[in-house]
Amino acid sequence: MRRLGLIAIIVFGGLLFSISFELPDLGDAQSPASTHVSPYYIEHTLEDTSVPNIVTAILADYRGYDTLFETAVIFSAGLACFFLLRVPERRGSAPKVRFYRHLATGLTLRIEKGGRLPEESKEFERIDSVWVPSDVIINMTCRLVVPFVQLFALYVIAHGHHSPGGGFQGGVIFGAAIILFAISNNLRSTTRRLSERSSALLGSGGVLIYLGTGLLCMLLGAGFLNYSGLSAFPGLDPVSARSYGILIVEIGVGIAVAAVMVWIYYNLASAGTQEEGL
Amino acid sequence: METISTLIIAKYNYWAVVVLIAIGLYAMIAKKNLVKKIIGMNIFQTAIILFYVSIGAKRGATLPIIEHGHGQSVHAVHAVDYINPLPHVLMLTAIVVSVATLGVALALAMRIYFNYGTLEEDEIQKKIIGDEPDIKDSSG
Repeated sequence: MRRLGLIAIIVFGGLLFSISFELPDLGDAQSPASTHVSPYYIEHTLEDTSVPNIVTAILADYRGYDTLFETAVIFSAGLACFFLLRVPERRGSAPKVRFYRHLATGLTLRIEKGGRLPEESKEFERIDSVWVPSDVIINMTCRLVVPFVQLFALYVIAHGHHSPGGGFQGGVIFGAAIILFAISNNLRSTTRRLSERSSALLGSGGVLIYLGTGLLCMLLGAGFLNYSGLSAFPGLDPVSARSYGILIVEIGVGIAVAAVMVWIYYNLASAGTQEEGL
Repeated sequence: METISTLIIAKYNYWAVVVLIAIGLYAMIAKKNLVKKIIGMNIFQTAIILFYVSIGAKRGATLPIIEHGHGQSVHAVHAVDYINPLPHVLMLTAIVVSVATLGVALALAMRIYFNYGTLEEDEIQKKIIGDEPDIKDSSG
């Protein structure tokens, strides 16, 4: 199998290599990819949408359907992880042995099934059964870094019209900040702040914001996802309506991507129990 | 000598793509460990991303954000001054989707590990053919 695979790869790679001589040169401005539809985008983006970042304009306006369904794909990936891994709580997903640390003395308590759990007590802190010592340096550094990462994510989403950025990038950064918090602390303290339910609802909400913007445009008399229909609102001409439509859609994408990244992480890190994990 | 160096400069991006595609495909075909197969899939996806982005390059052009200043009048925009934005748009979504598919692939691998206790393909196959009743139902 291994040798057969190697032969197949060499034949396939040789074919690709020989084709490479027929493909346009690197950096050729007259290549077919750069001569048909892309000059229109470059030359008309500013007058159509008043968005200087052409990538953002194409992403959310010219190719709006593509991006809508990409967002739906990401959400369904989150759903797939949920249905593959999630273990319902009533099915005994709770671990048999729980560990608690007494905060004042640093003693570790081991409580087996049926024992009284000091869940509500302020003096005890639940720790993972694969014991992780609480590292002050990592905790403090992440606590300092996480708010700035989140702020940067919001900047990337909001400033996507004028600089590299947008919903996908900002959403991934925001999700990464929450995952960083989960890695540096533990899964339970993260799910207390952003529960699995709310991450799932935010994910679907982001997709619905995108879809709702398209339907609103339809309701106002333009085509689906044709943001110039938003000019029915006072103070907007069709061009700036497109710009604001793109912004709303990017915010929806950012929410969906951030929430789904966190949701996938919750299910993967805890193997579906959402009890213990990194 | 001159022609060879111009050929290398004109085509080396495709060769890098071919090498990466070959590595990824070989990992997907020949490796028996499922996680290594997933890593191969990711290398393959990276090769495709490199292919698209390198196709969008134009010599002497800048990134596809139209130069502008506050209150400045808009001057004419020429397509040759900006690189092709279309491959960047396609790959931007592809990167995030590849992360999402990576999550699904890892979830599937975890599910397989819970059922069979291994991630090695030949051992899984042996367990499927050999002792059917050993597979306990933990599908949730």
